[in-house]
Amino acid sequence: MTEPIIGIRDLRKTFRSGEVDVHALRGVDLAVERGEFLAVVGPSGSGKSTLFHILGGLTPPTSGTVLIDGQDLMKMSDSDRTRLRKTSVGFVFQKYNLLPTLTVGDNIEIARDIAHRKGPFDQQFREVLDVLGIANKLDRKPRQLSGGEQQRVAIARSIVNHPAILLADEPTGNLDTENSTAVLDLLRDLNRRLGQTILMITHNPEAAAFADRIVHMRDGQLHAS
Amino acid sequence: MPRYNGFLVYKLVWENLKHRPVRTLLSSLAIGLGVTMMLTLVGVGEGMLRDQEARTRGVGADIIIRPSGSSAIGITPPNINEKLVAWAMEQPHVAQATGVVIYPLGGVSTVHGVDFEALTKMSDGFTFLEGRPFQVGAQEAVIDEYYAKEKKLHTGSIVKMLNRDWRVAGVFRGGKLTRMMLPKTLLQDVTANTGKVSVIYVKLDSPARTAEVIAHLKQTLTDYPIYSMDELASQFSVNSIPELKTFIGVVMTLSVLFGFLVVFLAMYTAILERTREIGILKALGAGQGYVLGILLRETVLLAVIGSLMGIGMSYATRWLIATFIPASMTQAIVYHWWPIASAITLGGALLGVMYPAIKAARQDALESLSYD
Ligand SMILES: Nc1ncnc2c1ncn2[C@@H]1O[C@H](COP(=O)(O)OP(=O)(O)OP(=O)(O)O)[C@@H](O)[C@H]1O
Ligand SMILES: [Mg+2]
Repeated sequence: MTEPIIGIRDLRKTFRSGEVDVHALRGVDLAVERGEFLAVVGPSGSGKSTLFHILGGLTPPTSGTVLIDGQDLMKMSDSDRTRLRKTSVGFVFQKYNLLPTLTVGDNIEIARDIAHRKGPFDQQFREVLDVLGIANKLDRKPRQLSGGEQQRVAIARSIVNHPAILLADEPTGNLDTENSTAVLDLLRDLNRRLGQTILMITHNPEAAAFADRIVHMRDGQLHAS
Repeated sequence: MPRYNGFLVYKLVWENLKHRPVRTLLSSLAIGLGVTMMLTLVGVGEGMLRDQEARTRGVGADIIIRPSGSSAIGITPPNINEKLVAWAMEQPHVAQATGVVIYPLGGVSTVHGVDFEALTKMSDGFTFLEGRPFQVGAQEAVIDEYYAKEKKLHTGSIVKMLNRDWRVAGVFRGGKLTRMMLPKTLLQDVTANTGKVSVIYVKLDSPARTAEVIAHLKQTLTDYPIYSMDELASQFSVNSIPELKTFIGVVMTLSVLFGFLVVFLAMYTAILERTREIGILKALGAGQGYVLGILLRETVLLAVIGSLMGIGMSYATRWLIATFIPASMTQAIVYHWWPIASAITLGGALLGVMYPAIKAARQDALESLSYD
């Protein structure tokens, strides 16, 4: 068996808000294989987003071991985490998070600009754009697109730099059933077609069913189903 | 060091500026006002000095004798004995000499009393656009075209000065000595300066002999400042007017302050408004340098637009001055001050963006991405 792309042992995260300590994560253990599509479900406030933010290098862990693609997050400085976000991780959020003043195409390009990648999109990514159904909408501004289309642009942007993992935090949370199904189909397609490792948070059991595996978060700890 | 593709960042910056056109326009206009203030002030200083120099040269003299204890330029009360004019005429190589009375009217305005016939001869003649020279002894004045335009005067108009009514006898083409001249003897008598002049202009039979003649004159007129026309002309510079230098310094400081405040406010509100966008960029892996770079470029662009507007507006102030107060002021367009004024403004703008930009660069990505 190859080494897992994500290896987490006894991960803890404590927020200090005012006088009280909030224990958002209380000893998380998780291993994710390369090419896996994992769904994380659980009640509100259980620590799902916090886990993703740590995996994505948006906030440092308090203690424990977190290895992503062989890199130890515990040992990372701020600028190491910036580099991690640039090269190894793609984010998709519940809100579409596109830059409103740039066109769809430039929203995708700027992710490449930040990662110092140049030149035209590669063939594989062009196909992805076709599959996502946004190849002919690159010149539009985000507000001229539907919510579902905007979320598909955000997905395209999140994988344009070929990240090791794609983290999707409630990607269908703002979408109607039809658009949700389309987005979930696409995520599964990306996972199958490109072997993209995907971790997805969702409240919706039907959405979770698209994944290969489902884990449950409760009170800052993960449980297999 | 990271290397940025650049183009896309400029596009983002440009789109951001376009996204808030009123904010962009007003910020650059305010930045531009600082540039205009500097350019207009320097332009007026330069324009008036050049104008004064040209008028002084227009007299046609080679040597100027000033009263003892006076500076090269500036207003001089009449206290040279007029007999010196006749004495000067007798010196070797002197072709002609004429005394001029300069009488202050309050503030910076003066009136000149001249021997019009002698002055005409020295300066190769006056061109009259209207009327004729004043008649000796008559209570008449001649004025130049700029004075006529600003004060809306014509031949036959009455000018009140020194408690008397002076009739405008004619309007001459500007560029000679001054803007308004009265008969010398009458001005001397009216101001109780009979037999005294403020300056003596001397013309030589050969300008090449200027130094030689000055040396000769100084043997007798030991404590009189005596200048060649070139020496005097070199005094018409900003450096010889400390007040102007100070004032330019004040305006430069104000422009820096102005640029600082405008950009501080504009960029501070801009980053508050763009908290989310900054968070997105950070989530995509943009470091502090990338965010800083965007805001710095935006500021530079604002300053460049502002400077261009400021330069444009300095042409507008020149037009206003030339149209409404051509006799009181002349504004030159001083090209080499364009980059100076722009750089000063850019300096203020960059100081202004420092705090907002650092705040934005340090902003926690999560803060802005937390859902609602
Ligand atoms: N920056 C923070 N400062 C303090 N407490 C925080 C912070 N971020 C999260 N928390 C707390 O940590 C706990 C876990 O929050 P988290 O956002 O991870 O939950 P979640 O499972 O994503 O919930 P939801 O399903 O509502 O998105 C909550 O109690 C939350 O209030
Ligand atoms: Mg959450």
